[in-house]
Amino acid sequence: MKRVYAKEEVCAGCRLCEIWCVVAHSKSKNIIKAFNEEFPRPLPRVKVEEFGPFSFALQCRHCKEPPCIEACMTGAMHRETPDGPVLHDPDKCVGCWMCIMVCPYGAIARDETEKKIASKCDLCQGEEEPACVAHCPNEALVFEDREE
Amino acid sequence: MRFSYIEPEFLIERDLERCIRCQVCVRQCAFEAHIYDEASDVVTADSNKCVGCLRCVTMCPTDALIVRPNPTSFKENANWTGRIIKNIYKQAETGGVLLTGMGNDRPYPIYWDHMVLNASQVTNPSIDPLREPMELKTYLGRKPERLDVTLKDGKVSLNTKLAPQLELRMPVLFSALSYGAISFNASKALASAAYEFGTYYNTGEGGLHRDLYQYGERTIVQCASGRFGVHKDYLQAGAAIEIKIGQGAKPGIGGHLPGEKVSSEVSKTRMIPEGSDALSPAPHHDIYSIEDLRQLIYALKEATRYEKPVSVKIAAVHNSAAIASGMVRAGADIIALDGIRGGTGAAPTTIRDNVGIPIELAIASVDQRLREEGIRHQASIIAAGGFRSSSDVVKAIALGADAVYIGTSALVAMGCHLCQICYTGKCNWGIATQDPYLEKRLNPDIAKERLMNLLRAWEHEIKEMLGGMGINAIESLRGNRLHLRGVGLTDSELEILGILPAGR
Repeated sequence: MKRVYAKEEVCAGCRLCEIWCVVAHSKSKNIIKAFNEEFPRPLPRVKVEEFGPFSFALQCRHCKEPPCIEACMTGAMHRETPDGPVLHDPDKCVGCWMCIMVCPYGAIARDETEKKIASKCDLCQGEEEPACVAHCPNEALVFEDREE
Repeated sequence: MRFSYIEPEFLIERDLERCIRCQVCVRQCAFEAHIYDEASDVVTADSNKCVGCLRCVTMCPTDALIVRPNPTSFKENANWTGRIIKNIYKQAETGGVLLTGMGNDRPYPIYWDHMVLNASQVTNPSIDPLREPMELKTYLGRKPERLDVTLKDGKVSLNTKLAPQLELRMPVLFSALSYGAISFNASKALASAAYEFGTYYNTGEGGLHRDLYQYGERTIVQCASGRFGVHKDYLQAGAAIEIKIGQGAKPGIGGHLPGEKVSSEVSKTRMIPEGSDALSPAPHHDIYSIEDLRQLIYALKEATRYEKPVSVKIAAVHNSAAIASGMVRAGADIIALDGIRGGTGAAPTTIRDNVGIPIELAIASVDQRLREEGIRHQASIIAAGGFRSSSDVVKAIALGADAVYIGTSALVAMGCHLCQICYTGKCNWGIATQDPYLEKRLNPDIAKERLMNLLRAWEHEIKEMLGGMGINAIESLRGNRLHLRGVGLTDSELEILGILPAGR
């Protein structure tokens, strides 16, 4: 399946990926409204990890054998097709945070804005490419199918 | 001095209704002109620190920023302009030489804008380059006196041994931009674009990074007064060698790469200790005459078995024509002339703005002189210094140049905004910097694509202009000054340029 890959060597650490992720998961999909008028505002599902000059954007890796699905007791964390993205159903989520405990990448966050639920990358379902990839000014994120 | 009299050059204006406090501007400004106040959740700006590079404006996702020249003005007059007053304040505060980057920004006449091209009408047909072949291929190097051929059984064979030549897809090369002055990613973009397009780039005095040897056949390696990074493999790696005597932005003075820019990789490439200043002497201390130049030219030719053309680059100065004649007689296969508008990573402002002559006049006088002496064929002329467009290139060729070096145009294509602070090493666009935070901002793949697009666009335009003149090969335009006419030039300017006024 297609996944988002980061090119660490050209990530400028601007965090525009995080910003556009918020917009893509907002109600209005309008950047100014999403930040200045929508409360609670969705959390970014991609996070720029930085260590000195090194930086890259990290989001759910949509693992082949996802520990989060294994650990989820309600079935909120699921896959619709065997090689589809790992998705999260907020209605089923009870906020036990087991997924966060087991995720080896730290790619799931606690969304405590409303009902306590997990927040993770959904690869912008329905869009041609995820918002983080589409808006990266330095093409440091690519959305492609790689043999692994 | 605690209190400065210098007002900010630019004002940063933020539309608070559009600002989403995402802090992209804060993270992207290496000069720390944007500040996030966490307590009040507001982003503010310190205009005093702004250099006008527009990185923040370009990156702002909501177009909330405007950077504009500070409208506050001194009570200036024709003699005491704001710029002059500010420069005096700066020197009174620091006691130092004023430094700058990029090319001369003073309003000297730009002769390209006073020359117009011809086109075919009625009596001679123009050519449509989309329908008919058009040749822009250019060879640089020493051309033979005559060609000796044998005709046998209807087959022609060449007896004359040709001197080594550089083959260019079109008469534009990337000029000398050293690794050290520019980032590795910028060097890589220039190298790979030249390689893929079929032209050449020039290492400047920065040596050749080991990862760039793969582009060697499209590389002109420079040997300048500091001899940084010059060794046998380096000379072997390139397609041609250029001896740099002078640079248009700073004729008569050497170079100074501050120690802060001498990173571990730059140190290895230049073969100097890490963190030490790279000081290039003003002259080559082994070249005090044309005879000395000849020795170096032939030393380099010997070292590379006469397989590579040797270029000699000088800044265009008052007696360029006589010097060029000497250079050709000393054995230079290519002479590169860098005019007063040539760029730099760092130069004293007063030198950049006041020394040298415009490239247009230098091309015309050098070409004229070499023709008069019957030695024009012995060397190709590359013109450099502020070429901005395809029409500048066409006019230069018509004046007598064989090809043109572009430096600033290439940097602008990569993202340079001409803010002239290259010498600080804090280029927000990742071009003129060695800072690992900033370097990454230039994606060499994107930059290569942008450079190649620029070359392709110019290639199309040059073909269109040639076609309009009824010419189907760039060779036919070279030195063909009848295709140029002057507009608004004095008699002596017309005479030096060797062109007629428009209407005659």
